Amino acid sequence: MNQPQTIIDKLWSAHEILRREDGNSLLWVDRHYVHEGSFHAFGKLAARGVKVAEPGLTFGVADHYVPTRGSRQNIANPELARMVRQVEENTAQHGVKLFGLDDPRQGIVHVVGPEQGLTLPGLLIVCGDSHTSTHGALGAYAFGIGASEVAHVLMTQTIWQKKPKRLRVTVDGKAAPGISGKDIVLAIIAYIGADGATGCAVEFAGSAIQALSIEGRLTLCNMSIEAGARCGMVAPDQTTFAYLKGRPYVPNGTEFDKAVEVWSKLTTDSGAQFDQDVTLDANAIAPIVTWGTSPEDALPIDASVPDPAREANEDRAKYLRGALEYMGIAPGKKLTDIAVDRVFIGSCTNSRIEDLRAAAAVLAGRTSKVPGLVSAGSTLIKQQAEQEGLDRIFRDAGLEWGESGCSMCVGINGDLVAPGERCASTTNRNFRGRQGPGARTHLMSPAMVAAAAVAGHLADVRPLLAGRKV
Amino acid sequence: MDKFTKITGVACPINQANLNTDQILPARYLKWTRAQGIGKVLFQDLRFDAEGNEKPDFPINKPEWRNAKIVVGARNFGCGSSREAAVYALYDYGVRVVIAPSYGDIFSGNAVQNGLVTAIVADEEAAEIMGALSRTPNLPVTVDLEEQTIVCGNGTYQFTIDPVRRMRLLNGWDDIALTESYRDRIAAFKAEDRAARPWAIPRSGA
Ligand code: SF4
Repeated sequence: MNQPQTIIDKLWSAHEILRREDGNSLLWVDRHYVHEGSFHAFGKLAARGVKVAEPGLTFGVADHYVPTRGSRQNIANPELARMVRQVEENTAQHGVKLFGLDDPRQGIVHVVGPEQGLTLPGLLIVCGDSHTSTHGALGAYAFGIGASEVAHVLMTQTIWQKKPKRLRVTVDGKAAPGISGKDIVLAIIAYIGADGATGCAVEFAGSAIQALSIEGRLTLCNMSIEAGARCGMVAPDQTTFAYLKGRPYVPNGTEFDKAVEVWSKLTTDSGAQFDQDVTLDANAIAPIVTWGTSPEDALPIDASVPDPAREANEDRAKYLRGALEYMGIAPGKKLTDIAVDRVFIGSCTNSRIEDLRAAAAVLAGRTSKVPGLVSAGSTLIKQQAEQEGLDRIFRDAGLEWGESGCSMCVGINGDLVAPGERCASTTNRNFRGRQGPGARTHLMSPAMVAAAAVAGHLADVRPLLAGRKV
Repeated sequence: MDKFTKITGVACPINQANLNTDQILPARYLKWTRAQGIGKVLFQDLRFDAEGNEKPDFPINKPEWRNAKIVVGARNFGCGSSREAAVYALYDYGVRVVIAPSYGDIFSGNAVQNGLVTAIVADEEAAEIMGALSRTPNLPVTVDLEEQTIVCGNGTYQFTIDPVRRMRLLNGWDDIALTESYRDRIAAFKAEDRAARPWAIPRSGA
C-alpha cells in the first residue's frame, strides 16, 4: 500500500513538473487571476517583448480601484479611471478574459473565481494578491505571489516553490448560533498568532469546519494568510460539489460526474502525518472582535482590552501601549464600551450572499446609529441581494448600498475611513492606516458589524438574534 | 538584478513585531510606478504625521539612521499584503539587507526577486543587535552573504537564509532564464496533464 498522504501532498505532487536537487520545485499553474495591481508584471512582459503563455488559463478582474458610487462607465477620478483602463488594455492585448466594469460578472477577484466556477478542487491557483488563499476553500492549492512572480507565471504558466510544512488545524464541535466562519478564523489567529502558520500550508479539518457552508469556508481560508500561512484549504466534500454544480466554468454533464470522482479522493488519508497539528474546540468560540492593530489582537466580545501595566514582558507592554494609543482605547476598557463611528460590510472576506443575509437578519426593522457602507462581493451578488430585498433592509437601516469592489477594505478607490474614525468592519486587516491614514479598524463577522451598527458600539449579536431566523 | 556579496553600512533598528507591508508602503502609493520615486515614501505613515511633519522618534528619521542600508526588525517582518512595491520602496530608499527573526513568506519571496537580502537570526540575536545599535547608533554593521555572518561591534552572528535564495542573490540570477531552460519538461508535463485532468481546463463557451 502507498504511504498515506495529506491533501497538501496530493495537490503538490499533482502539479510538480520537476524538483531540483536544491529542493526547489517547478509547479504547473492551473489558474492565474490578475487585477489592476498586476500592471507591474504586464510592464515586465512589455519590457521583454513577450506574450502571455496561457491566456486561456488567465482571468482578469477590475476590483481594487473601482468606484462603488457614481458612474462606473465614466469614472470621475482620472487616476482610478487610468488604473481600470490599464487592466482593460493589458488583458485585451494578451487575449485574457476580463471581468471588467462593463461585465455583469464583475466583482472582487476572490469572490468571482469561486462564483464563476473557475476555482475548482485540485487546482493550483495563484494571483498577485495575498488573499488568494481564499480559493483553498474549494480544495484548491491557492496562494498569493508578488509582481515578479506574476510576470513569471504570465510568461511560463509555472512557478518555483519550496514545499511548505504541513499544518493541520482541527476545529471539532458545534459552533453556537450566530458564530460564523469569521469568528472561527479569528479565534484560530488569536490562538496561533499572526505568524503562527508562517511557512506552512494549512488544512482546516474537523466537524465544525465540515459544517461550514462554502461561504464560511471561503472566509476561513481567506484569512489563513493573516496567520502567515502560505495557503489554507478544506478538503472537497458534498457541500463543495453541490456548490460547484452548474456554475459557468465548471465541467458539466458526465464530465462533472467524472471530476467529482477524482475530487472525492482529494482528502487526507487516514494515518497521514502533518508536520504540526493544532486543535480548537468550536463549542468554546464566542463572537470575536479585534481591538488592536494586528489580526491576532482578537478577543471574545465579552472581554476587555489588555492593560499594558499588567503585562510583565516589556516588549509586549510597549506593543500594547502603542496599539491602544493608535486605536484610541483606554487600557482595560470593556470591548462593549467602545463606541464606533462607522460600519463597513464588504471585502473578499465577507461580502457573499450568506454574509449579507446574516447582517440583514440583524438589521431588519432596526436602524443603524452610525453611517456605513455595504458593498457586495460581486455585481451578481448585488443583484441577488436586491432580488431578496436585502438592499432595502440596509437602506432602511440608514446604510449606503454601493457597487461591488474592494472598496473600504483598502480604501484605494477613495472609500476611506477618516483619520481617527473607528470602523466596525467585515474585512481582514486591522493594520494601522489600512482603511485610510489614521483609521481605526475593528474586524468582526457581518452579524457582529450589524450589531455594532444597531448599538452604536461593539456589541454581542446574540441577544439581537433572539426570536429571529438565522 | 545586481549581485550581492557583502555590505557595510548604517543599520537602523525598528523594534516592531508584525511590521506589515501596509506600514512599509501604504496602499495609496500602489498605483505609482517605480520610476515615480517609491523610495521617498518608504514607511510614509510611520515617518510623517498627518500634516506631513516628520515624527522625530521613528528610527529612520533620526540623523544617525537616515542613510540606513540595513534594517533590523522583529518577528514576522513584511507580513500582510503581497505588494512587491514594499520591497521596491526599501531597495530604492537604499536598504539592501533586512535582519529579522522571521518574515512574511510572500515578502521574503519578493525580496529575493529584487536583490534584497532577508537574513534570519534568532529572536534574542535580533534583540541584541537592536540593543547594540540603540546604545551606539552609528555602529557600522557588516553583512556577508557568502559567510552568512553579521558583524555588529564586538558581536558576530551567523544568520540563515534559504540556500537557493542565497545562490540567487550571490549571482544576481533571474528565475525566468532558469525556467526557460526547462521548456521541454514543461511542455511534456502540460501534454500529459491535459490528458490526465481534462476537468482542470476551464469549460469554454461559459
Ligand atoms: S477586498 Fe481587500 S483583501 Fe480582498 S482583494 Fe480586495 S483589497 Fe485585497
